[in-house]
Amino acid sequence: MTRIGKMFDQARQQGRGAFIPYVTLGDPDLETSGRVVLELEAAGADLIELGVPFSDPLADGPVIQRATERALARGFTLEQGLALVADLRRRTQVPLLLFSYYNPLFAYGFERLAAAAKQRGIDGFLITDLSVEEADGPLQVLRGAGLDSVFLAAPTSTDERIRKIAAYSSGFIYAVSRTGVTGARKSLSDEVQSLIQKIRSQTSLPVAVGFGVSEPDHLRQVWSQAEGAVVGSAIVGCIERNLGQPDLAERVGGFARWLKGGC
Amino acid sequence: MGQYPDSRGHFGPYGGKFVPETLMHPLEELEEAYLEARRDPGFQTELDRLLRDYSGRPTPLSRADRLSGQLGGARVYLKREDLNHTGAHKINNCLGQGLLAKRMGKERVIAETGAGQHGVATATVCALLDLECEVYMGEEDMRRQELNVFRMRLLGARVHGVSSGSQTLKDAINEAIRDWVTNVRSTYYLIGSVLSAHPYPMMVRDFQAVIGREAREQILEREGRLPHTLVACVGGGSNAIGLFHAFLEDETVAMVGVEAGGRGSNLGEHAARFSGGKPGILQGTYSYVLQDEDGQIANTHSISAGLDYASVGPEHAFLRDQGRIRYTSATDEETLEALHLLSRTEGIVSALESAHAVAEVMRLAPRLREEDLLVVNLSGRGDKDVQTVAAADSG
Ligand SMILES: Cc1ncc(COP(=O)(O)O)c(C=O)c1O
Repeated sequence: MTRIGKMFDQARQQGRGAFIPYVTLGDPDLETSGRVVLELEAAGADLIELGVPFSDPLADGPVIQRATERALARGFTLEQGLALVADLRRRTQVPLLLFSYYNPLFAYGFERLAAAAKQRGIDGFLITDLSVEEADGPLQVLRGAGLDSVFLAAPTSTDERIRKIAAYSSGFIYAVSRTGVTGARKSLSDEVQSLIQKIRSQTSLPVAVGFGVSEPDHLRQVWSQAEGAVVGSAIVGCIERNLGQPDLAERVGGFARWLKGGC
Repeated sequence: MGQYPDSRGHFGPYGGKFVPETLMHPLEELEEAYLEARRDPGFQTELDRLLRDYSGRPTPLSRADRLSGQLGGARVYLKREDLNHTGAHKINNCLGQGLLAKRMGKERVIAETGAGQHGVATATVCALLDLECEVYMGEEDMRRQELNVFRMRLLGARVHGVSSGSQTLKDAINEAIRDWVTNVRSTYYLIGSVLSAHPYPMMVRDFQAVIGREAREQILEREGRLPHTLVACVGGGSNAIGLFHAFLEDETVAMVGVEAGGRGSNLGEHAARFSGGKPGILQGTYSYVLQDEDGQIANTHSISAGLDYASVGPEHAFLRDQGRIRYTSATDEETLEALHLLSRTEGIVSALESAHAVAEVMRLAPRLREEDLLVVNLSGRGDKDVQTVAAADSG
């Protein structure tokens, strides 16, 4: 079992939901994104998603698109991202999930990447545009490297698809709360409840809900139904609002505490 | 060569479905609806009627004697897709997919466009079939294809400018996919080339294959034999595969796809995916992609908006690896020269996209014998490009 599975077990025993923030590696620069990760852990993150920027993020809304642009404008490379992960692993045991589109991972050499990522301390991968239909090869590589593979389930997924998604996933299943791209929303969609039920009927894997989760109330709502709440655009938006501030990372940490604790 | 794609949308290793999970079941529904329509004689009859009575098919196969005389060598024929209603081959696909959208009960259609020809054809079909239409177009393309922006708006479509990236076709596709993933239940995504996830490359090819079926019949009737070589420009690859498909089993027929050579051979200066790219995953499919070492998609350049794209249809990647089709490129400069030559010898001002194919004809025809027949796909007319050509000529 990876750090991801152990974390969910522990949270379950403690009777609480997991807090899962997302950051784009290299946003606004490599070193600062590393400091943000450490601040998020200090603020109580149970798992952190690390986004590998891709030039064409077609599943992302404007906030994460801009984060991607900031990182790439500074010349981010995956090699640098892996070096940062190794550095972070010397300071923290928080589970880390690599999150990206397939092409930048494929271009690195997927097998080579899986081995390198595992060695530097990554616990699993989530590849937004890798459907289970195309995942046989990559899945074998991930399992061979001892990494978790997390797949998305969406409100449009049929029972048959969810069965396959469950079979291909380890660590947890990421339930997409609504149709659409990433981005903060004022309220959570009602679709998510029936999606969680559909997932539960197929698997006992933990479920984390993401897309639109951006306020303390949303987290509590999600935790009443699922094992984890993913916060992406709201965290990235906080980074964006604080660009140029010397204490950017601490401010993001403060924002995360507010989200998690609601005060 | 067997039947491609396979049931999972693969052309050899290429193609497939690389999209977020939200779109996967909608793609399954689309495939099911399309396969059902393809088997339905009523659907085919209605499509054939529209292609004939509305778009003006069959398009002529014109013998280009003055062009052939000037070049020496092979006898050149032009497949006149420019004479379709709306001025390009794009309408063949839009009529097919428009009927399918209706059949699926969708009320809203979205599309991406580069040169604006696909946007115009989509807006046209939506007007005809009473569908709501919204088109995504890069702002750079809106500037250089302004005429088509006006046309789309006249036809009742909403045109959304896309300001991300290089503000061209790739960026328009990203925005169209973002719209689709958000409004997927009510919206039909009418893609304009043999790109994106299965079933699109197969379906768009099927709708464009009418070009080659007609051309094959026409050349056999006129000359009693098959052509030596077929030539077409390749953006996503729909006019090319449309012409080539009916000839794939004719082993003696050579085929050349012409990509945009732009203004140089460095990454970013062209859109020649087969000479400058490597296999990768972009916008739903696995094919050749122009990218840097980190897998970030490269910017592209072409004088023609319709060929200015970082990837190419997966079936082309497969046919290239098989050695069935040869791919080459024509530079901006060669293209302009070809456009002028065709205008003055044949009285036809072609689209800049199609002029890339004519540029290859200029190189190829003199090397062939007089009895060799060369068929070139004149995919569109050049009204939209007159200002670009004038600016290039004066600068
Ligand atoms: C006239 C014309 N020809 C060719 C193309 C390129 O597309 P494809 O390669 O799909 O035929 C376009 C695209 O906009 C076009 O407008």
